[in-house]
Amino acid sequence: MIVGREVRLMQGNQAMSEAAIYAGARFYAGYPITPSSEIAEECSKVMLQVGGVSMQMEDEIASIAAVIGASLAGAKAFTATSGPGFSLMQENLGLAVMGEVPCVVIDVQRRGPSTGLSTKPAQGDVMQLRWGRHGDQMVIALCPATVSECFFMTVKAFNLAEKFRVPVIVSPDEIVGHMRETFCVPELGEVEVIDRKRPSVPPERYKPFTADADGVAPLAAYGSDYITHVSSSMHGPDGYSNNDPANAAWRVAQLHRKIEMHREEIVLTKSFAADDADVLLIAFGVTTRASRAAALELRKEGIRAGVLQLITLWPFADQEVALLGGRAKTVVVTEMNYSGQVAGEVQRVLGGGADIRRVNSYNGQIITPQAILKAIR
Amino acid sequence: MSEHKERYEIIMAGSGGQGLVLAGIMLGEAAMFDGKVVVQTQTYEAASRGGFSMAEVIIDREEIIYQQVQDPDIVLALTEESMEKYATVAEKGVPVFYDTTLVKARSGIAMAGYPFTRIASDLGNVSAVNILALGAMIARIPMVRMESLAGVIRKRFPGKILEVNLTMLEKGAELIRETMGRIPI
Repeated sequence: MIVGREVRLMQGNQAMSEAAIYAGARFYAGYPITPSSEIAEECSKVMLQVGGVSMQMEDEIASIAAVIGASLAGAKAFTATSGPGFSLMQENLGLAVMGEVPCVVIDVQRRGPSTGLSTKPAQGDVMQLRWGRHGDQMVIALCPATVSECFFMTVKAFNLAEKFRVPVIVSPDEIVGHMRETFCVPELGEVEVIDRKRPSVPPERYKPFTADADGVAPLAAYGSDYITHVSSSMHGPDGYSNNDPANAAWRVAQLHRKIEMHREEIVLTKSFAADDADVLLIAFGVTTRASRAAALELRKEGIRAGVLQLITLWPFADQEVALLGGRAKTVVVTEMNYSGQVAGEVQRVLGGGADIRRVNSYNGQIITPQAILKAIR
Repeated sequence: MSEHKERYEIIMAGSGGQGLVLAGIMLGEAAMFDGKVVVQTQTYEAASRGGFSMAEVIIDREEIIYQQVQDPDIVLALTEESMEKYATVAEKGVPVFYDTTLVKARSGIAMAGYPFTRIASDLGNVSAVNILALGAMIARIPMVRMESLAGVIRKRFPGKILEVNLTMLEKGAELIRETMGRIPI
């Protein structure tokens, strides 16, 4: 692995692996699953070279457990999986949310349901990214559409995980995970890398869940002079079980507020000729590319078309959708799932009167620009 | 005669195990060495041998927005199934290279059938059909510089196998140079 201004033909999965190392990740625990296995392979080779640890666990439940443990011991830790493995990880991810444990999970989406078509793409995990854990919880989910975004959004994911003490999921579809594009890896230092806050108070005064003004508490590492008690039960600022209803309300609200109050930094979108768009195409992941191609065709025909790309899937880009979607006459949401998981959110934001067209595929095949144009004309 | 242009779209299709994805990667790397922008995608089924497998490569000077081939400049078909899928592009004049050892002969001026498997086997490496075919395809349509692909092969293969593969590449190019004198293009 070479870092520095060299152009390489890089695979999406490779870019995410290298970005993790770039961001300082030194622990990988996972279970191989198509179409994410290349990440496990890369880590098995590279982690040792950079003084890190790579483990193949017995299953995905153990994988996310190991990641949480490593993170609490002070390492930037991550795992990679696909739908079936991501389903297995949900309970432990809930623990990571409750314990405010920074970690990154890569979910390279494939055609389900269940084992499905392992080598074929889909975007059917959108709602699972938001609601896979039971109860009131919130994570951050990012979705890259290019190999370059695979790299930069994975560095971003680690930064967000560290800054907000929360699991961050990076979830491209199989096409983006497996495609190769010419890409120039940045030099170390070119892209900002953020580390978690460590406590500044002495150990006897440290409370692992007493947040600073930014909504996030410093996190001391297991094995240091600080005691960091993490319980999956409802707990107080010191981490020990607490049954007080006022405490429960405070904790649940705080887990949400720490993200909501920083939406400027967390909700990332890109727009392409969308400011004056009569036809707004909303897309995420690989369907962004077909949408952009379709919008360019429409512009050639004199139709003011633009694209809003959702890079952050969760929290949802309510404001951006409302602003650009509100100006448009027609909104088109293109996604590789049956139910229109993002279209439903767009509908929620824009209300009953909006003209929202859905372009869906659920057969493991790619959506073409022509299919999108057909829905518009 | 192909005039010089910047954008090329290539499809290479067949079955799992024929080295098509590797061919796509090598072609993409050659284009990268030419200083081009490249997107390479692939599709395959769950089994590592058999099933439909395909690599697509798009080469350009500027950003490649849509990642799939829409208007191929050249196609390689190594199975009947893939030939049936792509035969129609030959009617538009797009060269369709295929392996006569594995695929029934097709007629048409753009159809380019060669016994790739037999030639590769005679030269000592039947798994280098992909490189043999790439040599022919690049000689036919200059989507990358032949020397760039030779450089990619040098980086990827060691010792004896490197020599065999470089011979394969040259042999593929020769097939075209021999036939181009006889068929008006």
